[in-house]
Amino acid sequence: MIKRIKVGTASCGVASGAREVLAFFKHRIGDIPVVEVGCIGHCYAEPLVEVETDSGVVRYANVKPEEGFLEKILNLEDFSRLNEDTPRHKRQEFRVTRLAGRIVPTSLEEYREHGGYAALSKALGMDPAAIVEEVKTSKLRGRGGAGFPTGLKWSFLAGKDSAEKFIICNADEGDPGAFMDRMLLESVPHQVLEGMLIGAIATGATSLFIYCRAEYPLALRNFGIAVEQMVGAGLNRLGGRTVEVRIKEGAGAFVCGEETAMIHSLEGQRGTPHFRPPYPTDVGFKGHPTAINNVETFANIPLVINEGGARYALLGTAGSTGTKLFALAGDLAYPGLVEVPMGITIGEIVFDIGGAEPGSVKAVQIGGPSGGCIPVEHFDVPVDYDSLRDLGAIMGSGGLIVIGANRCMVETARYFLDFTARESCGKCTFCRVGNTRMLEALTRITRGGGTEADVDLLEDLGPKVIAGSLCGLGQTAPNPVLSTLRFFKDEYLVHVVDRQCPALECSALVDVKLDTETCIECGVCVKKCPVGAVSTDYVIHNELCTRCNTCIELCPVDAIARVKRGEGDG
Amino acid sequence: MPEHATLESLDSDRSYLIQALQLEQGTGGFISDEAIRRIAAHFSVPPVEVEGIVSFYAQFKRVKPGAYVIYLCDGTACHIKGATLVLGWVTEELGIAPGQTDAEGLFSLETVACLGCCSLAPVMSINGTAYGNLDRKSAIRILKRYRKEETADD
Repeated sequence: MIKRIKVGTASCGVASGAREVLAFFKHRIGDIPVVEVGCIGHCYAEPLVEVETDSGVVRYANVKPEEGFLEKILNLEDFSRLNEDTPRHKRQEFRVTRLAGRIVPTSLEEYREHGGYAALSKALGMDPAAIVEEVKTSKLRGRGGAGFPTGLKWSFLAGKDSAEKFIICNADEGDPGAFMDRMLLESVPHQVLEGMLIGAIATGATSLFIYCRAEYPLALRNFGIAVEQMVGAGLNRLGGRTVEVRIKEGAGAFVCGEETAMIHSLEGQRGTPHFRPPYPTDVGFKGHPTAINNVETFANIPLVINEGGARYALLGTAGSTGTKLFALAGDLAYPGLVEVPMGITIGEIVFDIGGAEPGSVKAVQIGGPSGGCIPVEHFDVPVDYDSLRDLGAIMGSGGLIVIGANRCMVETARYFLDFTARESCGKCTFCRVGNTRMLEALTRITRGGGTEADVDLLEDLGPKVIAGSLCGLGQTAPNPVLSTLRFFKDEYLVHVVDRQCPALECSALVDVKLDTETCIECGVCVKKCPVGAVSTDYVIHNELCTRCNTCIELCPVDAIARVKRGEGDG
Repeated sequence: MPEHATLESLDSDRSYLIQALQLEQGTGGFISDEAIRRIAAHFSVPPVEVEGIVSFYAQFKRVKPGAYVIYLCDGTACHIKGATLVLGWVTEELGIAPGQTDAEGLFSLETVACLGCCSLAPVMSINGTAYGNLDRKSAIRILKRYRKEETADD
């Protein structure tokens, strides 16, 4: 007996066609409720549909809005089911994401039915100092990337005697390749809110903010609804006082993820950081004491309170407890969002959970533009704040990109620096000018005009930018360059000495060749080449070719490929 | 969101200034000189202060965008999955570079750092609808479809 059907309509699902599936199902099924839920993290299998029956749930992957498909689902046939008997599923620890994609995100009742707001009730009966102590005992560290102990930060705010105190939830998830905060806000907004309210009890905060990037419309919508429901139910009345929750949309500046820049932005200023100290817990929003925590950190708080700090700390390593969400993407079979216990190795995430082919992977990039690359030789490193730092990478917020053997590490480094150089607010000279000089050197190298002096310049300037910048953006911007130089210096040298790109990615350092043996002379490449570089006798003229890959994409028999420079047709 | 519909209904506290700009951007698609003066007056700050905020944040545009705004994702996952090539194809098809709007005012093209649907890389969005797993064929087919719909409407 089918009780109801859930369609995952978080951003990934919608981009894969979940809206069409939802509309079709709603139109076709009259008597069974069809509801929208968030995301269970299996982005590769979207659109996902979960059928709730008397005897449990059945999940279907890659669902199409078609009559035949729907019929099979209604008959609970063993067809296009999501295979959950795999390491992708079993190696995970669904704790923070326990309810994600399983409940209707904008239903307060459903969240409560599944134990939601129990931690808030428990916290209301606790002494605020005891809550802070519990969080300290849990050893929970900031999930935004830097890993500052949350309990310690809360104790700073709690200790301040001020008429107004603020807590800000940082949802300005600007790292390219990261979508943990989006997933949590879209799928379990009440859980984040519950964590924030517990923070208000523990620290005596009088107002709560969430600063969310405007590029996440669904996250903003669902969180907005959750706030209304929460206020409607009177859950913001904490003992004798009422706290207000304000939602602020970011306006597209990466640097605003840095806490002092975020405060300026909330005040209606340009989002430039300032020197710390004073720390926000001393002088924050409009001069009042303010604590800023990440979305995922708040989503952990109900767990800490429900089960107690000591029990929470059992999972993970000595210095890093609990779980961590990672946004897996890049060259692997099963991209998506995963929740893993701290201490799991990079290799387990990439190969067991991500399903990447051993042998096809060169490295992972962890921590986005602030992080570094970890080569496959070091994949036995456990995921915790400290061991990753020792390798020149960082935990970061949770972006984890698998880099295949056919990707160029110099280009990867250039890509990240291009991002941070553009996002630099320009306040510090080393970040503003130093990153620009480094980017110019990297651009020369990838475009075939680099020399060994450019490589020396990168090695020299990187540490200086780190030392000479005020905030986290500048202090970490050279990391992708320095970590690739550390592990992949040979690739840099091939670019500047041999003027070749071993991965065949840097367009200025490759030729394009048509293999006449394989070619069926269909004429597509001749016709579609935008610059007329393919002649009618099926020769690619590399002096005309712009390496746009049009012919490579269109060739029906894969007869055209990038080759090393000098090996092209001429 | 946003909780207030008009500039007049917004609190004149400075912390609402960015929200006011977002309201304006959301209605007209860009921030005009007139809007800058109006917002400056509401918050009692000099217009140059407002201009300073507008120029700092990437979300705010000072020129009118096309009917369809294309965000081509150049996030990490998209980048390593060939976003640069997609950009080349889209640029060629539309005849505009990132940051530009075509002569008919139909398409505006921009690259963005991440749309957050990395598992579908490479991705672009057009007026908020995301299209994933792009290759040359699908990217151009999507653009042509929008162009056709627009001419059909006329």
